[in-house]
Amino acid sequence: MTALGRLVRVREAGLVVMLVILAVVVGAIQPRFLTIATLDIILLAIPLILVAAMGQMMVIVARHVDLSIGSILGFASIAVGMMFRDIPEMPLWLGFILAIAIGAGLGLVNGLIIALFRLPAIIVTLGTLSLYRGLIFILSGGRQVDPNHIPEALIRMAQTSPIGVPWIVIIAFFTALLAYVFLRHLRLGREIYAAGSNPDAARLRGIRVNRVTLVVFSLSGAMAGLAGLMYAARFGYVNPGITGVGFELTVIAAVVIGGVSINGGIGTVPGVVLGVLLLGAVSVALPILGISGFWQDAIYGAIIVIALIVDGSVRAGGLVRLVTGRGG
Amino acid sequence: MTETDGPLVETRGVAKSFSGVEVLHGIDLDLRAGEVHALLGENGAGKSTYAKILAGVHRPTRGEVTLAGQPVSIGSPLEAQRLGVTLIHQEPLSFPHLTVAENLFVGGEDTGVLGRVPWRRMAAEAERLIGALGVTIDPQAVMAGLSIADQQMVEIARALASDTRLIIMDEPTAPLTPREVATLFDIVRRLKAEGRAIVFISHRLEEVRALCDRVTVFRDGALISTAPVADLTDDDIIRLMIGRPLQEYLHKEVASLGDEALSVSGLTRGGAFADVSFSLRKGEVLGVAGLVGAGRTDVARAIFGIAPAEAGEIRIHGKPTTIAEPDDAIAHRIAYVPEDRAIAGIFRTLPVDQNITAAAPRSIGAGPFISPRREREIAADAIDRLSIRLASVHQPIGELSGGNQQKAILARWLLTDPEILILDEPTRGIDVGVKAEFYDRINQLAAEGRAVLLISSDLPELLTLADRILVMSEGRLTGEFSRAEADQEKIMQAAVPRSAA
Repeated sequence: MTALGRLVRVREAGLVVMLVILAVVVGAIQPRFLTIATLDIILLAIPLILVAAMGQMMVIVARHVDLSIGSILGFASIAVGMMFRDIPEMPLWLGFILAIAIGAGLGLVNGLIIALFRLPAIIVTLGTLSLYRGLIFILSGGRQVDPNHIPEALIRMAQTSPIGVPWIVIIAFFTALLAYVFLRHLRLGREIYAAGSNPDAARLRGIRVNRVTLVVFSLSGAMAGLAGLMYAARFGYVNPGITGVGFELTVIAAVVIGGVSINGGIGTVPGVVLGVLLLGAVSVALPILGISGFWQDAIYGAIIVIALIVDGSVRAGGLVRLVTGRGG
Repeated sequence: MTETDGPLVETRGVAKSFSGVEVLHGIDLDLRAGEVHALLGENGAGKSTYAKILAGVHRPTRGEVTLAGQPVSIGSPLEAQRLGVTLIHQEPLSFPHLTVAENLFVGGEDTGVLGRVPWRRMAAEAERLIGALGVTIDPQAVMAGLSIADQQMVEIARALASDTRLIIMDEPTAPLTPREVATLFDIVRRLKAEGRAIVFISHRLEEVRALCDRVTVFRDGALISTAPVADLTDDDIIRLMIGRPLQEYLHKEVASLGDEALSVSGLTRGGAFADVSFSLRKGEVLGVAGLVGAGRTDVARAIFGIAPAEAGEIRIHGKPTTIAEPDDAIAHRIAYVPEDRAIAGIFRTLPVDQNITAAAPRSIGAGPFISPRREREIAADAIDRLSIRLASVHQPIGELSGGNQQKAILARWLLTDPEILILDEPTRGIDVGVKAEFYDRINQLAAEGRAVLLISSDLPELLTLADRILVMSEGRLTGEFSRAEADQEKIMQAAVPRSAA
């Protein structure tokens, strides 16, 4: 195994170690943390982030970023929530298909603007973040979809399933499995890494880099749309001014903690899953430790920054030395 | 491999223009299967442009290319690959984060959205291709972790994966160690024996002699001569490369030289240059000649503290001095006008006046404050003195012509009133009229008692301006000529590496 390969492995191992340390420390202070009940809470905290992180990691591996996923999540959940409200006989499966399709469509718009006009993704998706949020208000008239209009079957998906673990948790991990297969075993998945690793070389090799851009943004949108319906299931309502606001920052943090390089070309699904788990565990640990709500945001943020600093120094010590001679 | 007895590749009247300027004029050349064909020429002679046309990176402006008797149009690198033509870039163009096996097989074919990656077959195939080259590289290794030589091998293996008939290698040996060169040569000979055609671009005559069957010399975008290597002596080849009749030089009077301003001894940085020693006196223009990659710029960057030397001594006005970063150099009144102004020189989007005052912030205000009026005045003065042509000092510098950008950079460094001025290819890419102005200016700077280190690949320029000329080759000083004894041929003899490294 090469040095870089080891580094990636070490990185994933590092996330496991961080998770274990967290469990031991928090468990020592508050034994309640080390129970199945807590695991349930953590598992329930992460499905939305996990699903959206799968899309976001593809975007970031391809050297872009998608800031609009919170608004896409909101748009898909409002649109489908209103359909459930106005057409009570609409089947649940159709709701899922519509949420995914709406998300993919909005993501495709992002990709088209970025690819056609050669604009930086950070600016385009910052724009559509506001644009899509604005459309949510116009579409909904500013009214939320209340719990009594969300199908009961949907809400049950956040509570249970035949095997005990709630459906949305199963869906989230199944999505991660699909993402793993896609990135590892399909040519198009490989091309995402190639396009992000060296776009010029990719073009010279006949890889259609623009197509990669469209694909990653469509997938990112589709997964945000799916997360939108999971939001409705989990919280039982959808609100134009609340649902999905700030969601993109949590997801990007999880992806980057999971070892995806913001400069493209590097990142694995197992790493991102661990990153999401770590973030979920921290968010559950803070209230269990009895840390005041005033402090939680700051501590949560500090942990993200520390994780990135640790990661950055690992890279500076390992990867950068490896690639010197190639201009860094 | 070929279906016909004729040449594998024929080009007839192939020419290339960039923005209206023809850089390659009507090249007629045959390449045969089973031969290694050297392309030689000075920097900018057109070898690489020609190679890129064959490889589909550039489209010829006119002329035609035939492959095994069939006229072909090579519109993209991918098409070139399908036709069996591969260009191995000097710096391997690969995916640094992907594994060797992935680098071998990614791209190339359009298998649609759901094509599967046949991991197992890929690994076996990678093993086979690399094994066929007789080298040991782990197919699962990540590309960025390999040496340049191994990355090159991966590129060659990739060419073989698509059953390439013509392989073009653009200065493949420049970044390699002697042992790696030997391995590469073995592989090239094997490819030749298999009936493939190889185009080998190199500056090193001894390599050309060891490896190649025929040689073609390019000069100023034209094909000068094609002949079997055995028919030419080294001197013949060098004469063909220089070619142009020696120009009449404006002879400046020998300056009265002052005390030593700068001296370096035993300056060494691994992989870039070794044991470089010279001294430079006030009022002197010391030229540095050499081919691209000879290490001249690296020495300049070491003296200016951008990438300091690992060993050796720098003395300024006779005193040993440590220069660890550019700030130190500036404090010792050294100025460096870099080779690639687009990357290391200008702030493209900033206005001209801010570009000019960038190296001398103290001149335009006290403490943290900047006086825009003072900045404008200083800039206007510099623009006047160097006759920089522009619409307004507020214009972004990127909008100026290359020559005027270069003058602005020079103006910037003159503001620091340097005692030692390092100019790296100051007139590359600027037109003749502006060049003459530059020459006057450089003479004038020396006459004011400044010491000038002038790195240039333009030999007539060095012979015009320099009091003395140093020649570097492969990181070492290989010649020193006084103004009286220097001529193009002597300099090229020293600059072209030929004794076995």
